[in-house]
Amino acid sequence: MELLSGNEAFARGAYEAGVTVAAAYPGTPSTEILENIAARYKKDIYCEWSPNEKVALEVGAGAAQTGARVLVTMKHVGLNVAADPLMTLAYTGVAGGLVIIVADDPGMHSSQNEQDSRNYAIFAKVPMLEPSSSAEAKEFIKIGMDISEKYHTPVIVRSVTRISHSKGPVELCQRIQPRTEFGFVKNPQQYVTIPVWARKMRVQLEEKLGQMLQASNESPELNRIEWADEELGIITSGICYEYVKDIWPTASVLKLGWSNPLPDTLIKDFAAGVDKILVIEELDDILELRIKAMGIDCIGREFIPGIGELTPSVLRQCKAKMQGEEYIVPAPVEESKDLPARPPVLCPGCPHRGVFTVLAKNKVVVTGDIGCYSLGSLPPLSSLDTILCMGAGISMAHGMDKAKANHKVVGIMGDSTFFHSGITGLLDIAYNKGASTIIVVDNRITAMTGHQENPGSGKTLMGEDTIEASIEAIGRACGVKRVFSINPYDLAETSKVIETEINTNEPSLIVSKAPCPLAVGKPVGHKRNVDAEKCKVCGMCLKIGCPGMEGGEKGQVPKVNKLLCAGCGLCEQVCKFGAITMDKEI
Amino acid sequence: MSDNTTSIVLAGVGGQGILLASSIIAKAAMIAGFEVKMNEVHGMAQRGGSVIAQIRYGKNVHSPLVEEGTAKVFASLEQIEAIRFAHYLSPDGLAVVSTQTIVPVTVSMGSGKYPQDVKQRLEKIFKNLIIVDALGKANELGNIKVANVIVLGAISRGLDLPLETWHEAIKSEVKEKFADLNIRAFEAGRNS
Repeated sequence: MELLSGNEAFARGAYEAGVTVAAAYPGTPSTEILENIAARYKKDIYCEWSPNEKVALEVGAGAAQTGARVLVTMKHVGLNVAADPLMTLAYTGVAGGLVIIVADDPGMHSSQNEQDSRNYAIFAKVPMLEPSSSAEAKEFIKIGMDISEKYHTPVIVRSVTRISHSKGPVELCQRIQPRTEFGFVKNPQQYVTIPVWARKMRVQLEEKLGQMLQASNESPELNRIEWADEELGIITSGICYEYVKDIWPTASVLKLGWSNPLPDTLIKDFAAGVDKILVIEELDDILELRIKAMGIDCIGREFIPGIGELTPSVLRQCKAKMQGEEYIVPAPVEESKDLPARPPVLCPGCPHRGVFTVLAKNKVVVTGDIGCYSLGSLPPLSSLDTILCMGAGISMAHGMDKAKANHKVVGIMGDSTFFHSGITGLLDIAYNKGASTIIVVDNRITAMTGHQENPGSGKTLMGEDTIEASIEAIGRACGVKRVFSINPYDLAETSKVIETEINTNEPSLIVSKAPCPLAVGKPVGHKRNVDAEKCKVCGMCLKIGCPGMEGGEKGQVPKVNKLLCAGCGLCEQVCKFGAITMDKEI
Repeated sequence: MSDNTTSIVLAGVGGQGILLASSIIAKAAMIAGFEVKMNEVHGMAQRGGSVIAQIRYGKNVHSPLVEEGTAKVFASLEQIEAIRFAHYLSPDGLAVVSTQTIVPVTVSMGSGKYPQDVKQRLEKIFKNLIIVDALGKANELGNIKVANVIVLGAISRGLDLPLETWHEAIKSEVKEKFADLNIRAFEAGRNS
């Protein structure tokens, strides 16, 4: 028995299921699944960080068509990127086993929206499994592979933050030995989706759904009724099942582990055995609406919130409300009311800080993107104005430019995001004669999700040396003529290049090059000190928003927190009085 | 609120070593024969922001999340984070607070003040409180990184897990060459 996180358990499940190929693009809360495969099982499983989720799913589709068992993982918004191959892969089906883990983020702990991926299973007409614990996370990958192979369909396994990042006991089993030979068996009527054949696949897809509906009604290891009190029956799935067991320990429960196709007969049987049905689901009211459409009376959304994540406390409140009572969740204590907030910030020594310090001085609109540099939007830097999705940092800048906006626009994104979906936007700017200034903050790693390799890192997920894709060369190949590399720790140079390019009437690409100090594992340079005699307490060094520089009461000289200072020297460069000096210590 | 489940909440600032401390607690409970669930925060929330980790153990544990007002032990590696998340502790629970101060960037920007009366506030909030100079003790041991394990030592006083399970858990969760140092850190906290 081992204590595994959901993500560790998913990785273990892939190993035990005999998976031989795994592909993903990192994204919280899904990232650690492939990291664990690389760390523990790469002898048996080829794994890769693909440049984006669409590529990952297409790699997975190709591998599965040779008969291999394949795992593809992503966060919820990644499935938007991979939606194109998903929709048609449901038509062609798969020869081997293909499980897609999609990790939702109710409550938006680390995401830009809280879309409910269960909609995709219905939309794409593919089965969806929803584990409730680490133990099920492992098991459902294996069951998912069986379903995938039996019905020749991709299977979506839905995780949420609290499944992926919670640990629980898991019993380990042997690996099912994969077949020894793989190969694509030509069958154009099955794999070539020209309309004449795709129309037949469309009909087959409905037939498969019918067979799977029957199976979901008859799969007690996935969908089970736990009979208890007859007064109240709760229908739930995923992590909510565990909360329900804590909050309504005496209720009858229908636990749905295979929620699409929805097991209609089982639901009817359950409804017949209880007086009242309560549906508990996180985010959209998918189960509730479908159960009501079956003509079964139930309650749900009127008591259970559809915004944000459900927790045991939230459900205890709902329970009280249903009983006409009030339950007040203990709130933060009175003494916490005036505490200073502690939002996430760019780390001490972060190379992005130099770029944002320059942008903050210039009157420009900055179209941003997803990554650590999202934090440039917060005070005191406050110099990032939009975040939409991966890639929009470049394309939206072009849109503002073409709308003839009455202000200058700078687009900014990271290296990994550039490889993910920035290249096409840059090509658009060059092709359609735009004039935007694009900055790629290139720290040679996918930092926000915890330092995953990308095509610029020179390493694969398998740990092998590989190419280091050049952003400058890609920019030139797209047709951008003004391409510059800058050192973001050199504020004068950074400032000069950015300001010149903002005022140039043709597209430019500025690559801000410095590795993430956390990834390198070394400070940038010598720690700094504040010379109290020279300091005029002007506050400039505090405007760069470095956690290593601590300001006190008004009029007090700021001081360097030596535990945090990474020695980047940016504070020294913004100080006009020479009051910040270098320490001997690195 | 299963009566036989013990809940623990750890608070602090991203990068302080909360994950290691919570893994050791979980491991110790597992070695002692309990079912364990725990939850931790990854991603955006880790970049210097406030973080909490939650651990629950007992005969049969369902939710990995702790309900506010139910933790048997609550510990914080940073002083004001103890105040921010104090409402997780049950009325009779034990609070362990490290005297370490990490000033949030919001204070440097002038949009908030780090309170000067932290000690008085802590004493007012918590009936059952251990204040530990974890950073000072870690310095004495020659490695500031073990401050989290010193706090863990103090936490262990509020839990019914045998001492040997703690030692075994530490050995399994830290690198072998740091095992002795961490056990000394744990003892320093347990005896504080």
